[in-house]
This record gives sequence, C-alpha cells and structure tokens, in this order.
Amino acid sequence: MSRSLSLIYDRIRVEEKELISAAERLGVNLKLVDAKTFHFDLNSLEKEKSVFGELALERCISYFRGLHITAILENAGIPVINSFKTSSICGNKLLTTLTLIKAGVPTPKTVIAFTLEEALKALDEIGYPAVLKPIFGSWGRLIAPLKDRETALALLEHREEMSNPLYQIYYIQEMVERPPRDIRTVVVGDEVVAAIYRYAAPDDWRTNIARGGRAEPCKLTPELEELVLKAARAVGGGVLGVDAMESPDGILIHEVNSTVEFKGAMMATGVDIPSKIIDYAIKQVKK
Amino acid sequence: MKFTCPECAAEFEVEDVIEGEIVTCPECGAELEVVLDDDKFTVKVAEKAGEDWGE
Repeated sequence: MSRSLSLIYDRIRVEEKELISAAERLGVNLKLVDAKTFHFDLNSLEKEKSVFGELALERCISYFRGLHITAILENAGIPVINSFKTSSICGNKLLTTLTLIKAGVPTPKTVIAFTLEEALKALDEIGYPAVLKPIFGSWGRLIAPLKDRETALALLEHREEMSNPLYQIYYIQEMVERPPRDIRTVVVGDEVVAAIYRYAAPDDWRTNIARGGRAEPCKLTPELEELVLKAARAVGGGVLGVDAMESPDGILIHEVNSTVEFKGAMMATGVDIPSKIIDYAIKQVKK
Repeated sequence: MKFTCPECAAEFEVEDVIEGEIVTCPECGAELEVVLDDDKFTVKVAEKAGEDWGE
C-alpha cells in the first residue's frame, strides 16, 4: 500500500522540489500543503488526518509559522518531522546551547544578558573579539563580530532600538579560533548522511551557503560523527543540520537546524539526501 | 508557461514550473510566486522575507 505523507511549505526551494521528486521515485503519495492558503479549526481537528496523511514533513521557510503548525498537527495526533520539541529547541539559539551543554556536547562558551549595560559586563568577562547573535533567525542574519568595546556598544545600541523584544536578549559567544570554514552535517534519524566544509565567501566571515559560502565534501571522522549524533539526539532527533567548528581543543557543535537546507551538502557529496529523508519518514509511520 | 508580471506588466516565459515555486521577473526583478488559480498557473508578488525565515 502506498503511504501517504504531506509536505507543508510556504515557499518551494530546491530542497522541497527535491523532496517532491524523491517521493515520486519512491512511490510515496506526498501531498503538498501551502501553509499560506490553509486554516485550521482547533475545535475539530479530526478532519486534518485526511489532509495531512499519516505524517507531515514541516518545511516552512517561516520558522514561527512552521512551529505553530507543528503544535496543531501533533495535537491532532499527526506525527511531524521535526517534532514540536525539536523544532522549538532548534529555533532558539539559547535553548539549543542549554540543551547541548546539558547533554555534554562541546559548544562555544556563551553568555546571556538582558540589558545593554549587563551585556557589556558579560563581554568584559568573555573577552574580545566575541560574537553577538540574535537568539532566532537564520542564514547568519544580524550575526556580528565584536572586535572591541566600541563596536560592541554601537551594535548593542542598535539592538536596543529594534522593536522585536527578542533582539534585546543578548546572546554572546566567544570567537572560536577556527579555520575560515565550518562543518555542516545532515542527520537523518540515527545516521549522519552527509558532511561538508563550508568556506566563507571572499567578502564575508560567515560560512553560510545562503551568504555565498562554498561547499566541499568533509570526511566524517568518528569524533565528529559521535558528537553530531549526540547533539541530534539531545534536541529530540529527526532531520537536522548540525553545524560544527574545528577549534584548537577539538570539535565544537554550535548550531542545530530544524528545517535543514541541504542543497549545498547534496551537491558537494552527491548523496541522495531527499530520498533518505522520505525513507526515514516512511519508517517513522510504520513504527 | 507565459506569465505577466503583476509589478511591471512585462510578459515572460518560464518552463516546468510547479505551484509554490519562486520566479524572478526578468524585467523588474520582482520575486513572484507561482500559484494555481482555477487550474491555471499564474504569478503573484511573493511574500517578503521575514525575520524568522531560514533553516
């Protein structure tokens, strides 16, 4: 019997196109649901099963939209990849860091402050250069290197003016002495299916592929594999993009992404990541 | 597939489109989303990137 899954999207990226083709190849009925043209009646969620099938792949580009749809579907008894727990941890850098530390996964030293004055004090402790990151958002957006106190003050003053209160949660990290690259791994269930180095674009220090970063295959060492899987399990598992840095003291895991963009990893490694995701989803249904 | 840009009225052609895909108007550069309206593909101005967009 052909399985019926759904893919919830708000924008069809390369990744979603690839997932659609993989489902076709594997004979899986993948129903596409545009989150922008759908509404939910919270008082009668029984009917959602006929729309979303046995399991939903939540792939919204808008994090909060996807997270809240996941909450609704899980309440309707429909499993979602990734789960609400995983998605809520991964969408918040503070929660991710707390989870990694608790699980004993090495991660960059991080301090949190809630006012400009206290952030400056925290920076004096962690030392310059440091990195200021919003606790939400992607693609390296608004991530800033703080070279000295003057830069820090300027950037924090800008943050104070921003209307979204999440920007006044100051997540400050040590600047890890890494080569001009980091490592993106793609985890599907219990397997690291691909690993790439991401090299920063010539005019940027951030390594995000969305910022023009370049991908090259990376050998999956036992140390890297162990830490990546540990990080993935800690956030609740699923389909994830786990990012690592090569520090002088070994591998550090700095981020776990819940709606992984795997275009760069797929092209650099030749691994059929979308088929692995669809296969994994089918296995989750059978469980 | 032939489209008319809702921003600048330019006419352009794109092959093999699917619903939800983003195409760029070759004339004005507007980001347009392919939508299915009464079984016909058409384009509308795409959503603007939000602060929470990404992975």
